Amino acid sequence: MDVLRFLIPVSIGLGGVGLLAFFWTLRSNQYDDPDGDSRRILTDDYEDTPKADQADTPPPRGDE
Amino acid sequence: MTIRDPSELPGGMACPACMVSPSAELLARHAARARESRIMLSLPGIREAGDISRVERGLAAVAGVQQARVNLTQKRATVTGLPDLVPDTLIHALTGLGIEAHEMDAEVAALTRTDRAGRELLMRLGVAGFAAMNVMLLSISVWSGADDATRDLFHWISAAITFPAIAFAGQPFYRSAWAALRRGRLNMDVPITLAILLAVATSLWETMLSGHHAYFDAALMLTFFLLAGRYLDHRTRAIARSAAEELAALEVPRAIRRTATGGEETVPLSAVSVGDEIVVRPGGRMPVDGVVSEGASELDRSLLTGETLPAQALPGMQVSAGEVNLTGPLIVRATAVGPDSALHALTDLVAIAESGRANYHSLADKAAKLYAPGVHILSALSFAGWYIGTGDLRTAVNIAAAVLIITCPCALGLAVPAVTTAASGRLFRKGLLIKSGTALERLSAIDTVIFDKTGTLTSGTPTLRGAEGVPDDLLVLAAAMGQGSAHPLARALVAAAAGRGGDCPAVEGLREVPGYGVEGRIGGEIVRLGRPDWVGAAADSDAGLSTCLRVGQNAPHTFEFTDRLRPGAAAAVAGLRAQGLEVRLISGDAPASVAAVAAQVGITQWQARATPQDKAAAVTEARDAGRMVLMVGDGLNDTAALAAAHVSISPASALDAARVASDVVLLGQDLSVLPEARAVAQQATRRIRENFRIATVYNIVAVPLAVAGLATPLIAALAMSASSITVSLNALRVAGRKAPRRAGPERGAPSAAILSEAR
Repeated sequence: MDVLRFLIPVSIGLGGVGLLAFFWTLRSNQYDDPDGDSRRILTDDYEDTPKADQADTPPPRGDE
Repeated sequence: MTIRDPSELPGGMACPACMVSPSAELLARHAARARESRIMLSLPGIREAGDISRVERGLAAVAGVQQARVNLTQKRATVTGLPDLVPDTLIHALTGLGIEAHEMDAEVAALTRTDRAGRELLMRLGVAGFAAMNVMLLSISVWSGADDATRDLFHWISAAITFPAIAFAGQPFYRSAWAALRRGRLNMDVPITLAILLAVATSLWETMLSGHHAYFDAALMLTFFLLAGRYLDHRTRAIARSAAEELAALEVPRAIRRTATGGEETVPLSAVSVGDEIVVRPGGRMPVDGVVSEGASELDRSLLTGETLPAQALPGMQVSAGEVNLTGPLIVRATAVGPDSALHALTDLVAIAESGRANYHSLADKAAKLYAPGVHILSALSFAGWYIGTGDLRTAVNIAAAVLIITCPCALGLAVPAVTTAASGRLFRKGLLIKSGTALERLSAIDTVIFDKTGTLTSGTPTLRGAEGVPDDLLVLAAAMGQGSAHPLARALVAAAAGRGGDCPAVEGLREVPGYGVEGRIGGEIVRLGRPDWVGAAADSDAGLSTCLRVGQNAPHTFEFTDRLRPGAAAAVAGLRAQGLEVRLISGDAPASVAAVAAQVGITQWQARATPQDKAAAVTEARDAGRMVLMVGDGLNDTAALAAAHVSISPASALDAARVASDVVLLGQDLSVLPEARAVAQQATRRIRENFRIATVYNIVAVPLAVAGLATPLIAALAMSASSITVSLNALRVAGRKAPRRAGPERGAPSAAILSEAR
């Protein structure tokens, strides 16, 4: 049962990494448009302007 | 709006007025620039990946657009661009692509975009889920036979995970329960909080005494499922709320003000004060109440009164916010702005009417009322019974906790939001926005539907009645006269004359006489097309929508018009009647036009010339007679009736007052979704009831075990997750099948098709 000494912290740690990753997706607005994102991946358009994290400061358009 | 050279903007010193009062002017300009560089459009019709690219490409092609981004979930587009970018250009560009678009207020939309509360709930949900999974792993090893020191160790680790997680994740319940208790009430959150706290406390106690049963996993799972329900509920409401707020901004909050120097400036409506002179161009909507000081025109007041016949506007006349200016430019001196204006004057009427609906109790409220005290009594009784029976406090507390955990309204917390989310999502795809949480339940109970006419059953665009009967020559002449006018009746004449051949003498010196009509000359004779009294015909106030044509001293010819039906109006009425509902029509318009529309859509009970009070009274009367009324209306004159009705629907084109008063907003043009909306609402209500029954059945099975002291944490976990999952799956049946990916050739996602062919 000594192995538990490693296994438990490791499993909780891995879970914690997942939890942090979830927080990151939350903070970077990845749940704003689930429907749109699931379809954009199927379009052939090359996106000049991928979505900015902060919609208030959009990046300039590529071709200008 | 004038298109300015963007290069002159950054300095902000280009106009003479700025020199006079630079700071105020600069501030106003700065505000205007910040607002206008970001435009949000509502796109009720978009569905597919192809629509995203079409909209984004179409918008990017418009001059001045820097970036356009579509959000398919919320069905809107955010456009950033040069400060002189006008929403109308964008809307026009999209309409050209066959996509319906409305402007929204970017400021309001930006406020709702960062949905803090939703994110917080999601974060708590994540923490609860993470902790529940870890504790569940430990619990499973305990259930499958870990004992002695291992079991104690696992219990201690579980406790260490559970305490911070529960303290963080359960906060919404604790707060709500505390608020209810402080007011001396019981709500659903009181048993929830009690169950969570009792479960954690007894488990910790058991752990310290190295007991067999700890309920850490149950407490966390409970929190997780309940938070899931809470989050679904919040999301449905937040989507509806933000969309409704943005729609409220459809009344574009701007006005063109005359400056002291005689120039014109576009200012936000909030900056207009009483006494300001406002310029209202033909086609524009009155932003304020006021008195006409210059100009002559005709006004479309259909949104306010339901009349389709335009009213004349001359200097000295009162105008109200919401009226649409038709023919000539008007200068209006503001007499009341914002909340003082006539648009808001009916608020009292609405408040009175709404009180009738306020005492509606949702199914969830009813369930909670039965449930919360029952659970507490049951738990207290089992505690008392076991304590008296065995004299062992530890056993008694354990059993009381088990009873609370097992009966905890886990499935009940999911029963309503899961169904509402699924049903609202389905209706949103059909173009219906559910604003109120209980709207679906109320919609399912209706037995009477009352429609408004102008703008609701009809689209508000007139068409010539009996066009076949009009001699070609006359019609072509009338169309030639009306060619240059923006008046809806003139447009209707032009449309009716399209494709008709006829001899028409050339009309010379054509000019529009704002407020009256169009005048021209054939040879030496004056030709007039316009208001009957101006042309010299006897005016018949019951004739409804009409205009007259008179050549010289000949007898005038009267053209009569009907309002065109909204698409799907007849289908909607037929569908509602097929569901056994009584359909009525109440309008403020003249009897002739109301009768014509009623006949067209197949409504037999109609009433014309109804004032707003009449409409509200009709609804209240029906309500007092025990009927459940669905009111469908769009005008200010419908607002009180909308608020008084059991449930109400208004189209997106409605005045904001009407939309605020209604529970459901129809985003698209087509009315034919109404019968389906009711069908979905009925189905949703059925599912909610079913869910309550399912949850009750689980309780009936599990509670005796808990009371008898036979419930182990394993049984509690099984009962809880099984009932929650059953309830959620049952709710998903309402969502229906997603719209087929390739609904039509032009709507299909081309690249998706290519992908599947390539395989």
